Amino acid sequence: MVFGIGLLVAGIILGVVIRDYKAIIKVFARLTDASIFLLLFFLGISVGMNEQIISNFQKIGLQSFIITVLATMGSILVSYLVYKIFFKTY
Amino acid sequence: MKNTVIILFFFVAGVLFGIYEFVPEAFSGDDMTTYVLYALLFLVGVGVGANKNTLKILKSASWRILLIPLSVIVGTFLGTLIYSFFDPNLTIRECWAVGAGYGYYSLSSVIIKEIAGETLGVIALLSNIIREILTLVFSPLLARFFGKLAPITAGGATSMDTTLPIITKSIGVEYAAFSVFSGLVLTLLVPFLVPLIL
Repeated sequence: MVFGIGLLVAGIILGVVIRDYKAIIKVFARLTDASIFLLLFFLGISVGMNEQIISNFQKIGLQSFIITVLATMGSILVSYLVYKIFFKTY
Repeated sequence: MKNTVIILFFFVAGVLFGIYEFVPEAFSGDDMTTYVLYALLFLVGVGVGANKNTLKILKSASWRILLIPLSVIVGTFLGTLIYSFFDPNLTIRECWAVGAGYGYYSLSSVIIKEIAGETLGVIALLSNIIREILTLVFSPLLARFFGKLAPITAGGATSMDTTLPIITKSIGVEYAAFSVFSGLVLTLLVPFLVPLIL
């Protein structure tokens, strides 16, 4: 992941350099959107090909799903309060 | 809403391709995911660098930025606590430990497997992958109904990398620093918190 963060930083530097070239920035934004969809597709393939996940899904899939929904909802609700109280202006 | 549907479509298509091995033999979904993620991090970086408001927002938030990962820790703790009341098969500590992966499934599932055994390890793996997927799919909706912090806190530890692109797309690239900071803090905490809880 260090490499990933390095790429992020490299991107930021390039972004600062080319920030006034609106047309180029727009192309990068388009590429970002397309890559997000591609990422989800490949992530799906990884999950679909993962024996451990697929074979266990029937047994503990629901359990894992509900515990995750609650964990995530908890985070969202607490952050919603934080947002309303401390980040009103954002 | 439109984005959520498109994202879900691509993900489900991928899963089906994977299950029915509708992919070349040498193809590795894991490798491809990593390459696309690298490309994405660079692309998101360009967006962040090109945005003139990033630094201003980061400075004005100052200490309050700490509240973002804290919301994840407290919210996850409470959510998994509630779950533990309804599931006689898992102890409170086990539920907390699964939650404390904050989406960082590779590391948390290995730690949990070593301490608490195979089954809880697989639950942690599934659960934390689901957290990542939920964030990827629902970020646009969460931003609309629960404010700009919601996609970040839903993403947990993943808000610094895998889910960062969709988060910045949902709440604005000027808030990328919030997302990276929160994800980084949580990522660093996972290897300490999970063994501590169990």
